Amino acid sequence: MNAPTPAAPLRKAIECGVPDNKPHLHPTMLKNYGNWKYHDRPRPGVLHHVSHSGDEIWTVRAGTQRQMDVWTIRKLCDIADKYAEGFVRFTIRSNIEYMVADQSKVDPLIAELETSGFPVGGTGNSVSMVSHTQGWLHCDIPGTDASGVVKSMMDELYNEFKTEEMPNRVHLSTSCCEINCGGQADIAIIIQHTKPPKINHDLVANVCERPTVVARCPVAAIRPALVNGKPSLEVDEKKCICCGACYPPCPPMQINDPEHSKLAIWVGGKNSNARGKPTFMKMVASGLPNNAPRWPEVNAAVGNILRTYKADARPWERLSDWIDRIGWPRFFEKTGLPFTKYLIDDWRGSRANLNASTHIRF
Amino acid sequence: MAKPMHPTPNLDQLESGPWPSFVTGLKRLAQDKDYAVDILGHLEHSYQTRKGYWKGGTVGVRGYGGGIIPRFTEIKDEAGNPVFKDAAEFHTLRVMPPPGMHYNTATLRQFCDIWEKHGSGLIAFHGQSGDIMFQGATTENVQKAFDEINDMGFDLGGAGPAVRTSMSCVGASRCEQSCYDEAKAHREVLNTFLDDIHRPALPYKFKFKFSGCPNDCMNSIQRSDMAVIGTWRDNIRTDEALAKKWFAKHGMNELVNDVVARCPTKAIQIKEIKDVRKTDNISSVAVNDSQALEIDNKDCVRCMHCINVMTGALATGVDKGATILVGGKRTLKIGDLMGTVIIPFMPLKTDEDFEKLVDLGQRTIDFFAENALEHERTGEMIERIGLVNFLEGIEVDIDPNMVSTPRMNPYVNTAGWDEEVARMTAKKAAA
Repeated sequence: MNAPTPAAPLRKAIECGVPDNKPHLHPTMLKNYGNWKYHDRPRPGVLHHVSHSGDEIWTVRAGTQRQMDVWTIRKLCDIADKYAEGFVRFTIRSNIEYMVADQSKVDPLIAELETSGFPVGGTGNSVSMVSHTQGWLHCDIPGTDASGVVKSMMDELYNEFKTEEMPNRVHLSTSCCEINCGGQADIAIIIQHTKPPKINHDLVANVCERPTVVARCPVAAIRPALVNGKPSLEVDEKKCICCGACYPPCPPMQINDPEHSKLAIWVGGKNSNARGKPTFMKMVASGLPNNAPRWPEVNAAVGNILRTYKADARPWERLSDWIDRIGWPRFFEKTGLPFTKYLIDDWRGSRANLNASTHIRF
Repeated sequence: MAKPMHPTPNLDQLESGPWPSFVTGLKRLAQDKDYAVDILGHLEHSYQTRKGYWKGGTVGVRGYGGGIIPRFTEIKDEAGNPVFKDAAEFHTLRVMPPPGMHYNTATLRQFCDIWEKHGSGLIAFHGQSGDIMFQGATTENVQKAFDEINDMGFDLGGAGPAVRTSMSCVGASRCEQSCYDEAKAHREVLNTFLDDIHRPALPYKFKFKFSGCPNDCMNSIQRSDMAVIGTWRDNIRTDEALAKKWFAKHGMNELVNDVVARCPTKAIQIKEIKDVRKTDNISSVAVNDSQALEIDNKDCVRCMHCINVMTGALATGVDKGATILVGGKRTLKIGDLMGTVIIPFMPLKTDEDFEKLVDLGQRTIDFFAENALEHERTGEMIERIGLVNFLEGIEVDIDPNMVSTPRMNPYVNTAGWDEEVARMTAKKAAA
């Protein structure tokens, strides 16, 4: 009898953590690490950095679809190997950047990126790529898709990505639920549910930790209840603000609805400290339909705000700076967006958002 | 060759138009992989019904409690079998990127080979917390893919109530506005908390983000529990050649309207060169033969605007470090919270400086672990207990830079006022 072959020892994870960035840096960046002097932008999509050492580097930025198949990534790598000494980086908005130390490579690199389908742009006062989430492709609680909305928006905003014609940079985001993984932005599109969760009482007891779910509700609208003899939860629908916070810890409390989960538009978020302090975005529209596959109503609304901003704002005014100057009444007047009672804050601290002055523009 | 495609009339409409299409990419994968064929079918079903069909579960790798996002299909037939059986499991591996999201192509190609072999072939650069997201593997293949990615020197990121994957800006590697070595801070801090990343046991998530200057390209103030934002204490540096070059191109109207008038604290004036003050706190630079910019650095709040506009002509100082803010997060549960200052300035140059940053992170996480309620973020905890209690807990002294204004209501018992003044005076004297 042969002794059974001992199983190969299970591999133990190597807790190596965050890797070193140095093996991933272009040689000119490595050489001038921490020693850069200034930059300028020779054309949209290109940054030119000059070091105190006199070294120069040109960065060419291009848009990607973020969720990339391996063939797309390999294509991007081929271009990096051909022009950029085998190094790339990604921006926070999923743009790819190629660095070249030889200026003569800039134009051929741009040409190859463009012919390969990657638009060059996204620098300076352009509309950059939409910061976004997972949506129907992968998320467990999505009210809408992410990549599809972004593709539709960027198709419309293609020229604004490739040119620098906005008053200042424009950051966009989309989010498939009110958790807002897409984040604060100059213009953000976020799901806004309009109906309380539909509860599958047969499943609650087995799936949900009920006290946890009760504790999640921002307005204390959820309470334990016995429904059809089973322990479940019930929602005081008069109190419910339809935020969806109960849905992640309790999937039988379905908040997503093909018709009643709407899209809202928020404007004026800014994380930079430049000029004014950072600002949170404000809701300016809601009730837009979740109209897959191309969300034309959302695109029209975003396009309208962008066109108004572009025509009216002064140089260096971010969307929030522009509204600070012209005031909210004129924002609604110029964009034609209706100012409804739903836009007057009544959450905690909301009186700070009322106009406690006679500062009124007539 | 993979099996035939499902009809995807909705997704097909996302292939037209000039922006790169993720659908076209998925279809390329579906030429070889049944997995991708069924992912497309699954997503098309969502487009048709306008609902999501993934549920979570428990999938992990040996030794870790987090870092994998499990997804199981909920599109089942009447017998309870998955309709898209090849995509019945669609788990994601969250992998931490190098600081600044730099890559050599050998690494990216190796990622592609691993993910083509063990996963769907779909990779997102990057998720909103900064992870490389290897999207779509079966339960069986998660460990195999991780083992190979881990052998490359890459590690899983955070998920659930854990320290999460972090992000840092391009920073010192290519930006003149960098005020500290973001990558060093990023690695030293995060790699201290690997146990808290890999074994979720905190009240809720905790995020660090690292931005090299107040432009905050990582959006750390709004979306991290501890934001490390570069800044400087000394005077703005100037370069006359670049200032004159800028002025020659842009002229006086732009200098006044776009630079001077946009300074939030009116710290910049245009003066005749002969009238420029010559005191310690003044930066000045001639823009032509007779006129100069004069910046009073005591009034400057380091907002970055003038430096952004006149890059190189004006530059950050050299006494550099970071401002630390805590408590940023988005709405749920109590409403949006911006990070607020807990350390106005922390030098970040020497190894000891970085150790102090790591120590501050450690004290903050220890306090958070002890005192936050379940599912309560750091900012919400501070809102509940008050900033002063939080600061006492992490042993940080108060500072007027932490507030926009002092208290605006009388609802506080000030009986300890004299003792507090005496304590602070003694502490100041001892320092």
